[in-house]
Amino acid sequence: MPEEFKPGCQRPPIKKMNLETNTTNEVVVEEAKKAMVKVGKPAPDFTASAFYQGKFVNTSLSEYKGKWVLLCFYPGDFTFV
Amino acid sequence: MLSVSVDSVFVHKMWNEHELSKMINKDIPFAMLSDQDGSIGKMYGIYDDDSGVETRGRFIIDPDGNIQGFEVLTPPVGRNISESIRQVKAFQLVRNSQGTEATPSGWKPGKQTLKPGPDLVGNVWKVWKVSEAFED
Repeated sequence: MPEEFKPGCQRPPIKKMNLETNTTNEVVVEEAKKAMVKVGKPAPDFTASAFYQGKFVNTSLSEYKGKWVLLCFYPGDFTFV
Repeated sequence: MLSVSVDSVFVHKMWNEHELSKMINKDIPFAMLSDQDGSIGKMYGIYDDDSGVETRGRFIIDPDGNIQGFEVLTPPVGRNISESIRQVKAFQLVRNSQGTEATPSGWKPGKQTLKPGPDLVGNVWKVWKVSEAFED
């Protein structure tokens, strides 16, 4: 499951699914990045650094295949709501 | 459960330590993801370029990796967690029934489901009351 990493002074490298592989037109790429995802369609996969059970780990959405996932975005830590 | 914001993992650690763990008397049990360049938020369409943060987007993803539902709120209004859990339970019921059952408006565990089919066409009024949508 999630792979632990040792934090350094540099930000952890971010591995992301490349959205641009199938597009040649830059304008289309920009629009694709901002378009809302659709229900009934695959959730875009990603890998990100995370704080989990006291450790810094890299985790991917694809690790959760076979489980129900509630993916919650929020504006920021230490905000009020 | 996965949470995502543009904060660093270091800030996530501090937030858990100094505030969240004090609210629930234990550590946050799920992974707190860091999306510092907003690229995950952009893929999901909930990144706000103007403020450089992610709005309150919530996505229900099934075991096959398909999105079954989402909700997006602007920052000042918090989510209804019970409603998210209710929706997950409803999607689980539908999946377990292999599509033979559907959950009408206001459904929650224990309440009546509908079994779509030729006989039900035009006959929902006989088996389901509008009050069901509002009653607990």
